[in-house]
Amino acid sequence: MKRIITTLVCLVAALASNNASAALRVFACEAEWGALARELGGDDLQVYVATSALQDVHQIQPRPSLIAQWRQADLAICTGADLEIGWLPALASKGANPKIAPGAPGFFEASRAVSMLEVPTRLDRADGDVHPFGNPHIQTDPRNIARVAAALTARLVELDVARAPAYRARHAAFEQKWTAAIAGWEARAAPLAGVAVISAHQSWAYLYAWLGLREVAALESRPGIPPSGAHLAQVLATLDKQPAKIVVYAAYQDRRPVAWMQQRTNIASAQLPFSPGGADGTDDLVGLFDVTITRLLDALAGKSS
Amino acid sequence: MSFIPRHARILFGTALLAGAPSPVALAVQTPQELQQMRDELRALRSDYETRIRALEERLQRAEQADAPPPQVESPPPTASTREPSASAFNPRISLILDGGYADYRLDDRAPVVPGFLLGDETGLREEGLSIGETELAIEANVDHSFHAWTTLAFSPDEGEVGVEEAYIDTLNLPAGLAVKFGRFFSDIGYQNHQHAHAWEFADAPLVYRTMLGTQFGDDGVQLRWVAPTDTFLELGTELLRGDAFPAGGEGRNGIKAVTAFAHVGGDAGPSGAWRLGVSHLRADANRRPSGDEDQGTLVTFDGKSDLTILDGVYKWSPNGNATVRNAVIQGEYFFRREHGDLVSDPQGAADASRYRGDQQGFYLQGVYQFRPRWRVGLRYDRLFADNQVANAVADTPLALLGDDGGDDPQRWSLMADFSNSEFSRFRLQFNLDDSRPGHDEDHQVFLQYIFSLGPHPAHQF
Repeated sequence: MKRIITTLVCLVAALASNNASAALRVFACEAEWGALARELGGDDLQVYVATSALQDVHQIQPRPSLIAQWRQADLAICTGADLEIGWLPALASKGANPKIAPGAPGFFEASRAVSMLEVPTRLDRADGDVHPFGNPHIQTDPRNIARVAAALTARLVELDVARAPAYRARHAAFEQKWTAAIAGWEARAAPLAGVAVISAHQSWAYLYAWLGLREVAALESRPGIPPSGAHLAQVLATLDKQPAKIVVYAAYQDRRPVAWMQQRTNIASAQLPFSPGGADGTDDLVGLFDVTITRLLDALAGKSS
Repeated sequence: MSFIPRHARILFGTALLAGAPSPVALAVQTPQELQQMRDELRALRSDYETRIRALEERLQRAEQADAPPPQVESPPPTASTREPSASAFNPRISLILDGGYADYRLDDRAPVVPGFLLGDETGLREEGLSIGETELAIEANVDHSFHAWTTLAFSPDEGEVGVEEAYIDTLNLPAGLAVKFGRFFSDIGYQNHQHAHAWEFADAPLVYRTMLGTQFGDDGVQLRWVAPTDTFLELGTELLRGDAFPAGGEGRNGIKAVTAFAHVGGDAGPSGAWRLGVSHLRADANRRPSGDEDQGTLVTFDGKSDLTILDGVYKWSPNGNATVRNAVIQGEYFFRREHGDLVSDPQGAADASRYRGDQQGFYLQGVYQFRPRWRVGLRYDRLFADNQVANAVADTPLALLGDDGGDDPQRWSLMADFSNSEFSRFRLQFNLDDSRPGHDEDHQVFLQYIFSLGPHPAHQF
């Protein structure tokens, strides 16, 4: 047994030294950071995306395939702010990779680059699965993406000095493209300002703050607690007093409570991608926001998605 | 009119009246003049209405200007300015509460399974209402190189605290290596390393109960290596004190139990994930006790116990999103060989015998979550024993161990559970237990609750 292990370890060491000049391996916890890494890293990064837009990032398990990828990565890019609290610690412990252990230079926490919204003033599980550091779904505001891009570029430069000019150049190009794109989205989204909406889960604080949408209710009574019939009835009652135009839900979320709501009101629904890959045409970040704005505008015009 | 203050309304009303011709003058007017006056009045009224509307709008605008602007870009506390405090260094503490209700058709609940020598802690749950073990887990990083974990189990009986786990593991060994030392649950099999509150059923599979004393944990050291491959591959070995069943007994000099395990795993498309494992445990037993001295069923075993486990698990959820629907199928096959000497009733009659045990068993279970929070599960357990007891003295445990023909124990279990959140679960389980001597079938009902207080519990695969 021991001899086998020693042999294998030597083999790995040999492989590792051969790979010194190869692309950095990136473990992206969420698809948005995978997409951002591809924008900034191009061919210099080999990106693995651990979760998809069709999954609830709170509910991931440290599967064997994730452990295997964690083990080999040089850089982990995660949202942080306790979004991955259910599975990242177990993954880091099973994956035995000190390069990207939380706290190491190879562990990049995107939420550290932005201002957090909805930071709770009291912490109690009676309020549901609250996040002590604030709402972690920061990727729904493109201005946050820009902030993370700048911080991530700095980290890439730190980890891979040899390719620093390439990272900086790609970041400059991205920033230019992104600033123009944001202006375009804001112009298109002007009719959305002040529109009242309902959310399936409180995932959209940053999107709403950006576009000026108003959240009047959520289908979940508390974060992370699936909606009960009684709570849905309450939301329905709230709608009488505060009419909302759109019910917003993510691609990974259960459509049934949304459909229930639509049977009883003439509210339009907007299924938003939430992360790249959550809808057709959202493989990159630009597509993500294009489709998000389009679907919101469609819903405002009464066309549900 | 709600935007117009009251005094303003009175003012406008007076103005209207002042603008109208006096009623005294009305009497002397011709119909044409009357119509003209009506028209003038209508014009006046509409003029004032326009002015009132304009005034209302002005007031509304003034009120909006007074209101604080919506806070969109105000800087809330940021992640990077999180205030550190000394309490942030406190270890994470979580408490697991377990308890419920158990009902058995049979009165005799002595832990006996034909063809098997059982270890400690293989009894059934207390009948009636009771709490199970209360578990206190404390963990923290010690420094940049070490992490520590302790689980204390408080027995519901007075004053008994057991150290279930107390280990240190390394954080920064290179090349995918990790070392763990202290007391820990072994990584052999699939379910063994899971804490009881994470099991899918209220009780352990029969193979675990009979061949590993429900769960195998011991003092020692573990070395683990994760291969740098896209298909998950993990190899490990544990050198243990050999205190826990199926080792155990007296004289624990040296390494008395050794394990080795290998796990492979990966994804099967976007919706599936799997893991397969093979593991082996070699244990030295030196007068390892089984049975109960008071009831005259004590048997001690001297010899070697070799256990091989094949395990597999497959998890399914649509596109990997387990929130609404998901399914888990898991199964393990145990092969055990024991050879050595038995002594029955060592303090009394002391019948000795050579013993060669050849035992196998498996369980297969499936759990399906059909809607958020609700799951159902089915499990089948089966054991086979083919033991050679050279001196099977009648009416002793030796005879029971030797007489295993056609007595293959089995059990069916059906469960349903509801999780109010990730932190609380209620479970109802029904067992058809045919694992007792003489095919005396027991019907068992468990109602169980599991609550976890403290930090978010780690998801497991």
